[in-house]
Amino acid sequence: MRVFLTLVSFYLCVLVFINLYRAIYGPDILTRIIAINAIGTKTVMILILIGFIYERVEMFIDIAIVYALLSFIATIVAAKYFLTRRSIE
Amino acid sequence: MFHTLQVIVGGCFVVAGLFFFTTATLGLLRFPDFYCRLHATGKGDTLGTLLMIAGFIIYEGFHLLSLKFVLIPLFLFLASPTVTHSIGRAGVTCEVEPWEKREKEGEEAA
Repeated sequence: MRVFLTLVSFYLCVLVFINLYRAIYGPDILTRIIAINAIGTKTVMILILIGFIYERVEMFIDIAIVYALLSFIATIVAAKYFLTRRSIE
Repeated sequence: MFHTLQVIVGGCFVVAGLFFFTTATLGLLRFPDFYCRLHATGKGDTLGTLLMIAGFIIYEGFHLLSLKFVLIPLFLFLASPTVTHSIGRAGVTCEVEPWEKREKEGEEAA
């Protein structure tokens, strides 16, 4: 099971790098915000998987919850900025 | 015996979650427009997270830690629609043009 969880977290890392391509070369700024939000969701999953691999999941679950909250706040603030700025140039 | 069943069912849930994460990433990579990409990631990531957490709970067994595991999808089901709505509204306010399929050369639009 431990090998399986390690393979799952490696696969999620590959998906994070594909999302990172969109975050760097995205055509406009809002696409970049979406990509960063998706990376945040996958990072929460990777944190829980690290907790299972090292058998310290009761510690890593708290870190994952805090990371989810921070990622949500960052995305909301970025969207709010463009909502009041009314232009993406 | 029971532990083997737990591992198999939990692993199936985790693989199903990975499938939805993959479709969300493919949508983000291949769709032509900002609105289409928002549509792909907003739903795929939420369902993938729910399935993976369900797999972890089944694998770990039901006890006090499962309550903390449930907190993450519960929060994400509130946060993900809020984020998607907020970014989409920012796009509409900034007057981002939606993508349209272009007609081929020499063909008249009906």
